Amino acid sequence: MSALVAVRDLKVSFVTRQSAVEAVRGVSFEIPEDSTLALVGESGSGKTVSAMSILRLLPENAVIDRASRVEYGGENLLGVPAPRLRELRGREISAVFQEPMTSLNPVLTVGEQVAEVLRLHRGMSARQALERSAELLNEVGIPEPRARLRAYPHELSGGQQQRVMIAMAIANEPKLLIADEPTTALDVTVQRQVLELIARLRERHRMSVLFISHDLGLVGELADAVVVMRDGVVRESGPVERIFRAPQDPYTRALLACRPRLDARPRRLPVIEDFMRGQPIPSEPLERPDAAEPLVEARHLRKEFRLRTGLWASRSLLAVGDVSFAVSRGRTVGVVGESGSGKTTVALLLMRLLQASGGEARFDGTDLLKLKPSAMMGFRRRIQIVFQNPYASLNPRRSIGRTLVEPMRIHGLGAGEDERYRRARQLLQRVGLPEDAMQRYPHEFSGGQRQRIAIARALAVEPEVLICDEPVSALDVSVQATVLNLLLELQESLGLAYVFISHDLAVVKYMADEVLVMRSGEVVERGTPEAIFRSPQHEYTRKLVEAIPRGLEGRLH
Amino acid sequence: MAAVLDVTPESAWTALLRRLQQDRVGAVSLGIVAAYLVMIFFAMAGWLAGGWSEEVGVPYANPAFLGERPNLEAALQKRSEHKGRVPDLRDIDPLAPKYEEWAKRTGELKSTQRERSLTLPWGGDRWGRDVLDKAIKGSQVSIAVGVVAALCATLIGTLLGATAGFYGGWINDFLEWLYNVFTSIPGILLVFTLAAVLRSGPLAAVFASGIWTVVIILSVTGWTGMYRLVRAEYMKHRSREYVLAAQAMGASGLSRMFVHILPNVSHVVLVQLSLLVVAFIKVEVILSFLGLGVPVDMVSWGTMLSEAQTELVIGKWWQLAAATLFMAIFLTAFSMLTDSLRDALDPRLR
Repeated sequence: MSALVAVRDLKVSFVTRQSAVEAVRGVSFEIPEDSTLALVGESGSGKTVSAMSILRLLPENAVIDRASRVEYGGENLLGVPAPRLRELRGREISAVFQEPMTSLNPVLTVGEQVAEVLRLHRGMSARQALERSAELLNEVGIPEPRARLRAYPHELSGGQQQRVMIAMAIANEPKLLIADEPTTALDVTVQRQVLELIARLRERHRMSVLFISHDLGLVGELADAVVVMRDGVVRESGPVERIFRAPQDPYTRALLACRPRLDARPRRLPVIEDFMRGQPIPSEPLERPDAAEPLVEARHLRKEFRLRTGLWASRSLLAVGDVSFAVSRGRTVGVVGESGSGKTTVALLLMRLLQASGGEARFDGTDLLKLKPSAMMGFRRRIQIVFQNPYASLNPRRSIGRTLVEPMRIHGLGAGEDERYRRARQLLQRVGLPEDAMQRYPHEFSGGQRQRIAIARALAVEPEVLICDEPVSALDVSVQATVLNLLLELQESLGLAYVFISHDLAVVKYMADEVLVMRSGEVVERGTPEAIFRSPQHEYTRKLVEAIPRGLEGRLH
Repeated sequence: MAAVLDVTPESAWTALLRRLQQDRVGAVSLGIVAAYLVMIFFAMAGWLAGGWSEEVGVPYANPAFLGERPNLEAALQKRSEHKGRVPDLRDIDPLAPKYEEWAKRTGELKSTQRERSLTLPWGGDRWGRDVLDKAIKGSQVSIAVGVVAALCATLIGTLLGATAGFYGGWINDFLEWLYNVFTSIPGILLVFTLAAVLRSGPLAAVFASGIWTVVIILSVTGWTGMYRLVRAEYMKHRSREYVLAAQAMGASGLSRMFVHILPNVSHVVLVQLSLLVVAFIKVEVILSFLGLGVPVDMVSWGTMLSEAQTELVIGKWWQLAAATLFMAIFLTAFSMLTDSLRDALDPRLR
């Protein structure tokens, strides 16, 4: 099997006015013909930069070292003139990106966008191109492709948008498809379908795929060979079986272990550091308290949104149908579902950030939904929330210290400012951040650190209930483990009750004592996590269980 | 105790000043703007350019560095003074009997003929007033009008925009209606209307003279653009997670609006503010030209520029140059300062 693309000693640095940062430090790998190579690493490992160097799709301030080479068909792609590069892009080498919503042009129809690729590289007439576009949409599994040609991107679901992106990428039968985390922004069940599509297309068109991901579990299902990267260097590379069965590098072993396993529930999840320092891997089982008097009880929660459709006409949209659950101190109820299932709405209803249309949310016997705003203040202290996106949930213009002190000031906790700042520093210590974080601003922290800050802010008012709305979904799998460990440890020591919301069944199974599976605003199944995994009753639950990436066991072909 | 103070974040203002000082462009423009403010203060106190309205030079006196230039206008006037012989009309003039009394009363007053200099540091205008003094005194009026009106317009626009964008619903509908009313009337017509109301309505006594009429006219007509931009930003930010998080911990609506969201939209406000200052100084020129601006006994860059039109035809360029230079330097420095301010307020750009 000969190499289609050979990347040799690639070095890329990002130059700013003050400094130069070397993002990729001498990376070499080969993409064989007719196979899938996966680049795996955490964010900041340089995997995307390495892959995009092949197409020279890098930010303006990126400088590629002169000695670096990307060989393709006897040419060094890093040295070819721009017109030749344009010829290659989209015809011989094409790319699919992470966010289909931002990769498609919102003001052009799907048909126009697919046809453009064909007209540019094939010189097809407008009619021919449209004809071929319909065939392509059909090939990537979009129902009623002819009607969809006239649709705008926002009229399609995320999965369908990504299918359109793939159709554009394969329109000219490229030799290489670069897929940069193509499923990260998609729901779990859709993720599986898109992976299947990529695998099928690769086989049919006999092209190569360079698949970039932070999730080794996902990569194991698809890739033939794996390159593991960290901090701009290759830690390990080899055929997928060897990487999974006999990983050599401790970092690879760590990546394999940090995703919560379905068959065990250790007290603490193994994290990267355990492996890098050669510490013993935790295996002590997790102990959970028994259910007791419920602290928070949701009864028949219901939320309708009214959509104005005309001057007087309106239509109601049921976001949450009938959701009931109860949590007692020290325990966790997990809510699983995909986007649009209403799980986040449930969180906002409980917090009274949205007004419920019906039902009760009892906290220690008091119905929060009927409280006056002034009476609600006292309960705001006792029930707190951690949001999904740590990049959006912290005010970018406030230092961490001010962010942590404000809730205490609002609720009059602590004797004075000094006392509050002292407590804020203790909180930072508690979530594993250095004290000097106080004066710094959110942008100076990584995603995982920001989520720790968000957790510290929620804890600042000493709540009894913490609602975690997808707290680890925006994080790399390796960082997920550290945040989950922190949440479990806090629960144990403070006796917090959690409502844990996620789309990732594996994470919920690890965290929760009771699981609710939600779909389109309804609870379709509930039970203990073990029962749900062993014998899922509802068809949708079965789909969710199947969609969990399983590495080699879940091999697609 | 010291450790506690160490970790207390520095106040927003000290941080701002520190960052402004690190930015060279920002520091220089801050210096220039400060110098203008000092100059204005001196002008207001009368220590500087107090005698701007005195006719100290010959008409169109040459600038000191162009002393040799022929000044036809001054020569012409001198000649007409000497030649001016009034014909004797005593026989038919009904006021003739009063002549003597008037002459007596004139004799009681002492009049001094001031020696008019041929050149002035930066030249003179049609009446021989010092252009440099006029430009300095004009800065006082123009900057006061531009900056104060822009600040007022910004305040109105930001308050209304924040309220409409944050609360939405019927409050937004009402403010949108108000906005539509203001923008549907042609701007200049609105200005005329306001000028008429303020100058001759019941409020005339309050704003009888002075520049406050202009400030009010400009701020009442100029808030609309700011309102729209701020409203859009608030609509975008109000459902952001950091605002929800603030609500979840019990922050009030006002606190979320002004403590949490406002710093995050301040860049829009600052950029718009600097544009408004520039625009208002220019509008003041137009208003003064139309006779709706500053009163005739005051000088502004606007009145100087409108005088300069006729002067330029006969080759007297210094009044135009003085007004333009003063204006250009201030406006450039002010724009740069707001840009630096915007960057200094953004922790991501430290």
